[in-house]
Amino acid sequence: MSVLAQDPTHETFEINLGPQHPATHGVLRVILTMDGEYIYKAEPVLGYIHRMHEKMGESKTWLQFMPNTARMDYLHALAYNHGYVLTVERAAGIEVPERAEYLRVITVELNRIASHLLWFGAFVLDLGGFTPLLYAFDDREQILDILESVTGARLTFSYFRFGGVYNDIDENFIPATTAFIKRLRSRMPMYHNLVTKNIILMKRLIDVGPISKEMARLYGATGPVLRGSGVDYDIRKNEPYSVYPELDFDVPVYTEGDSMARYMVRMDEIDQCMRIIEQAMDKMPEGETKIKKAPKIVKPEKGDYYAAVEAARGTFACRVVSDGTNSPYRLKLRSPTYSNLSLYGEACRGMLLPDALALMGSLDLVIPEIDR
Amino acid sequence: MDLLSSEIVRVLAFLVGVIAFAALNAAYLVWLERKEAAHMQLRIGPKEVGPFGLLQPIVDGIKLMTKQLFIPKGCDPILFMIAPLMIMVPAIMSFVTIPFSETLVARNINIGLLMIFAFASINVLGLLLGGWGSANKYAIIAAARSVSQNVAYEIPMLITVIAVVMITGTLNLNEIVIQQGGMFWNWNIFNVFASPLMPVMFVIFFICSLAETNRAPFDMAEAESELIAGIYTEYPGMGFGVFFMGEYANILIGCALTVILFLGGWQCPFGVAPGVWWFLLKLYILVFTVIWIRWTYPRTTFYGLLNLSWKILIPISLINLILTAGMLKVF
Repeated sequence: MSVLAQDPTHETFEINLGPQHPATHGVLRVILTMDGEYIYKAEPVLGYIHRMHEKMGESKTWLQFMPNTARMDYLHALAYNHGYVLTVERAAGIEVPERAEYLRVITVELNRIASHLLWFGAFVLDLGGFTPLLYAFDDREQILDILESVTGARLTFSYFRFGGVYNDIDENFIPATTAFIKRLRSRMPMYHNLVTKNIILMKRLIDVGPISKEMARLYGATGPVLRGSGVDYDIRKNEPYSVYPELDFDVPVYTEGDSMARYMVRMDEIDQCMRIIEQAMDKMPEGETKIKKAPKIVKPEKGDYYAAVEAARGTFACRVVSDGTNSPYRLKLRSPTYSNLSLYGEACRGMLLPDALALMGSLDLVIPEIDR
Repeated sequence: MDLLSSEIVRVLAFLVGVIAFAALNAAYLVWLERKEAAHMQLRIGPKEVGPFGLLQPIVDGIKLMTKQLFIPKGCDPILFMIAPLMIMVPAIMSFVTIPFSETLVARNINIGLLMIFAFASINVLGLLLGGWGSANKYAIIAAARSVSQNVAYEIPMLITVIAVVMITGTLNLNEIVIQQGGMFWNWNIFNVFASPLMPVMFVIFFICSLAETNRAPFDMAEAESELIAGIYTEYPGMGFGVFFMGEYANILIGCALTVILFLGGWQCPFGVAPGVWWFLLKLYILVFTVIWIRWTYPRTTFYGLLNLSWKILIPISLINLILTAGMLKVF
């Protein structure tokens, strides 16, 4: 930290980082109080794209709210589908056929790879390297093609239904996914050789933007941010849901807490996602993809229900209060990036502007999810 | 009369030639950059306008020229307008002393090298005035960065040049090239008998010329993911266009100097048919490398950049200077 910033008589100036700034990847605004290029204080300002999703949930029927979930974290839409569907299924006591559970896991994990690939490209772009973005998009494109053939959408998926999934996979799905995994496996070493081991990248990430275990816990950070700070916490392992307990995968944890640790957590997660998908495709049974007696209108009993899933950015949790009618009485969504961003003000104090932007990139912010 | 006409014709011809070369290159290096970047990124790049998109720079130029030259409120209008010219004019002036071949040189003056460095120093003034005149905080941060960057990198660059000049004994660029005649081992880069660190000096000079011209990975003055567009943030239309052309003209000067000082200028590597074609070949290989580096590496941080200069490049170039001086004295 610069010495001058501690002197209260010293002059500082404010700059507006955003709402339209190339590094904020959306309409996030951060008011930076700067001392030269050192950040004295950073205050995120939210609310530029607040769309009242929670309030909308109260006026829509249970099923009508489904597409809204995909429009929060547009990069990992299927996990948000999953979180909401799980909550409502718990509330209404709906059983899901096993094939549908496996299909959910496969598509969610494919979507997670797509999300991490996009983050990888965008993060290196934040650091000033343009080219990896287009390679990452090339790989992501393959996933979107696969998911399009199943779900009919390429970004804002609404594939899940209460009691199953919208439709079954076609005969091309398994070969296409296998081919994609083979391709990505051969490309991951290239990414590591050309990007991870690049000396400029290493200098910009190692020991930059440290987030301690305590700080991450204090602000309720989850996902790769928490795991990069050395806390082994993954909803898929800690509060298992769906068929995750039957699948063998590791949770990458790095103890350093710097930007490089968060980078490596995500890169390792891509490998683990591929493992999960392969196992799930082997184990997936034949059968129904949706329960036969799926209720046309869901009306959960009066009560308070909760479910959480592991999204690409951390814990997405959904809590609904039902009064027994055909729409929720109250719908509360817990989005991971909101908590992850809240530690930004403390974490970037005293950092230089380019390092603070590297830290912001390593948090993997998706603004529509912060402003729900 | 005879003398007058020949001298005037010569001046006019070279004036037109130098400006045309600088402007044409500035325009077509943009095309090369876009095309090269595209092929490195699995894209095609410009292809719609003309064959291989070759008319794209002209269309871009027309677009920039027809835009309103908007001066934002709060700007210092005079500084704001002068700044792009202060990048472009010194770059064009520097071409005057560049020897394209033994005879193809606009002004073969004895202090050519000195003149180029004198003009190169004006460059940073343009960046500073542009940032200050814009009255934009991002632009001012960028201007402050580029000043300290230019100061930091001019030192190792000049020390390296001093070592080269000690070996050549002249500041005349054409003579420096003539001394490197014959086979390629006579080039300064391989001249390890004069100083064993000569290849290192080439690398230092090349890195410094990247930093001096604000190219990635040292593009602190632009730094689009940190400072939006740095000093270019407020510039509209051709104001931005001239900045951009100036940047490419400066890259060309940097590469031309590297070729002349280290790679034998217009000399052929095998001693046959020296001429302008060899100069251009070497020049464009270096320009290609500069673009290649930009699309491969992420950006360094500002303190990383200064550390590289003050802690690594300056000590090495000083050691090299002493070593060269000692070798010249002893042998």
